[in-house]
Amino acid sequence: MDRVPLLFLNVLVVATCGLVYELLAGTLASYVLGDSVTQFSLIIGLYLSAMGVGAWLSGKIERNLAMRFLDVELGVAIIGGLSAPILLLSFARLSWFPVVLYGLVFVIGTLVGLELPILMRICQDRLSFKDLVSRILTFDYLGALVGSLLFPLVFVPKLGLLKTSVFFGLCNAAVALWGTWLLADVLGAGVRLLRARALFVIALLGFAFTQVDLIEGLAEDDLFPDPVVLSKTTPYQRVVFTQSKRGFNLYLNGNLQFSSGDEYRYHEALVHPAFAAAPAPPRHVLVLGGGDGLAVREILKQPGVETVDLVDLDPAMPALARGFRPLVELNGDAFADPRVTAHEADAFIWVDTAPAGRFDAAIIDFPDPNNFALGKLYTRLFYQKLRRILAPGAAVTIQCTSPLYARLSYWSIIRTIEAAGFRVHPYHATVPSFGIWGYALARTVPFDPPQRLTVTGLRFLNDRELASMFTFPADMAAPGADAVEINRLDNQWLVRTYETEWRRWQ
Amino acid sequence: MAVTRRGALFGLGSAAAAALGASCTRDDAARARDVDAAFAFSPEVVGHRIRDGARVEPSPDAWRDLGVVIVGAGVAGLSAARALSAADFHDFVVLELESAIGGTARGGRTDVSPHPWGAHYTNLPRAENVDYVAFLRAHGAVEGLDAAGEPIAAEGAICRDPDERSYTAGKWFEGLLPVAVMNAAAAADLAKLEAQVARWAAFRDARGRRAFALPRALGSDADEVRALDTQTFAAWLDAAGITAPPVRWLCDYACRDDFGARPDAVSAWAGLHYFTSRHRETGDGSAPVLTWPEGNGRMVDWLAADAHPEILTGLAVADVQPLEAGGVEVRALDVATGAARGFRAKQVLLAVPQVFAGRLLRSFRDAPPAHLAEFVYGPWLVANLELHTRPGARGYPLSWDNVPYGSDALGYICATHQAGNDWGPTVLTWYEALADADAKAARKALLSWDAAACRDRVFADLRSAHPDLVRRTTRVTFARHGHAMVRPRPGFVFGAAREAAAQPFRGVHFAHTDLSGLALFEEAFWHGRRAAAEILVAQGRTG
Repeated sequence: MDRVPLLFLNVLVVATCGLVYELLAGTLASYVLGDSVTQFSLIIGLYLSAMGVGAWLSGKIERNLAMRFLDVELGVAIIGGLSAPILLLSFARLSWFPVVLYGLVFVIGTLVGLELPILMRICQDRLSFKDLVSRILTFDYLGALVGSLLFPLVFVPKLGLLKTSVFFGLCNAAVALWGTWLLADVLGAGVRLLRARALFVIALLGFAFTQVDLIEGLAEDDLFPDPVVLSKTTPYQRVVFTQSKRGFNLYLNGNLQFSSGDEYRYHEALVHPAFAAAPAPPRHVLVLGGGDGLAVREILKQPGVETVDLVDLDPAMPALARGFRPLVELNGDAFADPRVTAHEADAFIWVDTAPAGRFDAAIIDFPDPNNFALGKLYTRLFYQKLRRILAPGAAVTIQCTSPLYARLSYWSIIRTIEAAGFRVHPYHATVPSFGIWGYALARTVPFDPPQRLTVTGLRFLNDRELASMFTFPADMAAPGADAVEINRLDNQWLVRTYETEWRRWQ
Repeated sequence: MAVTRRGALFGLGSAAAAALGASCTRDDAARARDVDAAFAFSPEVVGHRIRDGARVEPSPDAWRDLGVVIVGAGVAGLSAARALSAADFHDFVVLELESAIGGTARGGRTDVSPHPWGAHYTNLPRAENVDYVAFLRAHGAVEGLDAAGEPIAAEGAICRDPDERSYTAGKWFEGLLPVAVMNAAAAADLAKLEAQVARWAAFRDARGRRAFALPRALGSDADEVRALDTQTFAAWLDAAGITAPPVRWLCDYACRDDFGARPDAVSAWAGLHYFTSRHRETGDGSAPVLTWPEGNGRMVDWLAADAHPEILTGLAVADVQPLEAGGVEVRALDVATGAARGFRAKQVLLAVPQVFAGRLLRSFRDAPPAHLAEFVYGPWLVANLELHTRPGARGYPLSWDNVPYGSDALGYICATHQAGNDWGPTVLTWYEALADADAKAARKALLSWDAAACRDRVFADLRSAHPDLVRRTTRVTFARHGHAMVRPRPGFVFGAAREAAAQPFRGVHFAHTDLSGLALFEEAFWHGRRAAAEILVAQGRTG
């Protein structure tokens, strides 16, 4: 039976897969490294030249052509199929990621480059040279077209990068397995072992396919829209600074903490209302979280501040705030001020160790409650602990996530602070990088929203804006009493709600 | 169980991973050997010396006369001491064999965190458990009463969310139910069990008593309830058509956790007690769990603080002898110095398991009463693993209670969880109830293992859930509780032995949780108070 037409189908699949791996590498590289023009150019160039190397190497193969062809195909299947997961995971964990990226592209290119020359030689006895070249190249280019259309239109939107990668690996491996029958007459001995190898590769990729969600979950925090300028993994979190034309951004565990272009809006709104609401100029100020020093910068603008105690879990943050030049410039070298003391501790435990009645103002700037360890810092019990260390009449401001994107979460925090015995005035500000952001202003005694700032010359806040922050439009207003629960340590209602609410916007 | 595609693929992947990891395994074994392992205390050594006939005769000047001697500073003994103090009776001492108080509820501490050495939680009681509610309220674990008069637990005392997770098929899941292996049949069986629990929770007898109340003395003894005591829990489950392996595992886990035995060795009454006594008509259906980093050691400290009794630790009682002329003599050995000491009291409270009452009381030694043989105890091995960093995990995050599905042990508690300590070093308290039907053989085996053997047992149990555990562990210490839990075998809870054992004997009174047929803080607390009331009456005080 003439199996040559079927072999051309093989060429089509091989060509499609080959192009898809190239596109995957280019896409991933521009995702994680930015600058897509450079990345795509580099990757296409490297890939094509590696194919040349493969073609040249094919000349060194003398015997067992069919066996070598299928082995190469299995190699492409496994390396190409796993390329996207490997790249994504190594980006998060390896400082020499570019080596992995370009190395992988080179290896895949070389293997793909080996394929067609060998296949042509396998077919050379069955077809005239003229027909062979014309048909193989036709199917090769046709495969490229198929790949280039399917990749952006079908596979990436439907399956995502990782599943696409593994799926084409599986196609490659399946074609190789099929090839053990197609080429059975020229394979000779060892065909069984080859089939076992093919089945093993299929099983491995099949397993990987089921685990892709896990890998994606592990790596999704590491994708940034701008080039990374500093990346540090501490025992507590992954700290990443990226640089864009507008300035630089800080991400903790993949979540944007601030963007230098508009962080002044966030931090002015976070800090100054507490001072405006305090009965007397606060002398002893507590900052929980906020290891970037930007809240401290605002606090130090206030007259009368004698001490600032800042508690951050991760010593890496205050260290960067002291030593990472762009950040030092942004926070005005706040930690160099002798009034500022940084404590390295989990605030939940630290508040139990601080002296009772110590602080005249507290600024609470924790990351959003997206896990249980953070959720405990938004519980009624935590706010009760906080009350103990506040001076009578002290004012507190708390960042409370977005009342627009996570309305129930926001109001749950407000109700929880109230349940701990505080009077609360909710307020919000617009921070372009975040959207509409929500805060709480709280005291243990009844009070009116402040009308007058205690400092002048701020970039964002003035008296008129201060007053307007305390009014809420309908789409962010308090939901019905039954819609939110008090966040307690034993129910962590907030963590579960927050996750659901933000998922809707992603 | 049907083999799923995913399961098969996963299995294949695991096999490949295992093959790849084979080279690491040898490293791990070597590393495990380097982990420092030791017993925290070994009270059985002196106990056995006395059992085997060491002579303890105090010199004439080593005797002391007192109103009451309490033997055992566990929960029952301290609860009695607290009740005596509350009645303004202070002429007593508490003698304790070990160097610290608390018995099977004692707590410990490393540089990193306090941790339990035994029982580690209690459930928020109902209002009907008046004294216990008052005790918890006095110490802030209960912060008030709701409109129905039921206690409200303080937020800091309720087990913090995330409270439970279980490890099944390579991943941690929220809750104890092995959701990854739950199929339709298992879900149907779970519904049957839940329906039975709801039915028994709603049960009230002619006198309005619940089927399962805490303390047990408040519960019903109606015929329908007694009937549950005549069969094993396993037989009852079979008869109820509850056979799906995941649900049976949950029942097996429950029985080992609360009774130190398997469902075929405890009564249906006991099995249902586990599920039903915690059932609540409101909220999510189960009473809040109250816990502390040192486990019930916190409540032990509260008992001692309330009672402020004179407690003599490290004193092994060897002999308790009622005198013809009235009064009781207690002979004890100072474990540290080897000196013998004597106490003469009007009353003695033996706040120890009945097996020890049988050894200490001379009359019982000479002629063991029939009821003693009915008390059977399961042994426990408890390990505290000190970790420099927390183990990695797939799926649900580290919780308070962490249980590998299918394990013969009971999983571990994270001791730093309740304190809100989520980073860096921690202590994991691992439990195993040796649930073999032959309790004596299990105890013998437990006492024959050295610390290294115990260490290997812990690591073997947790290896698949935490392959990285060995390299994160700096030290493991162990407690062996030879008679940790009385087993509520069929016929025991409603049998005559318990009542007979609780009867005072010539000036000697008895208080221990085993007199309820269950090992629970609430029961020990209740028996301590009951015995204290008896003693006060005997002392001529109206309790």
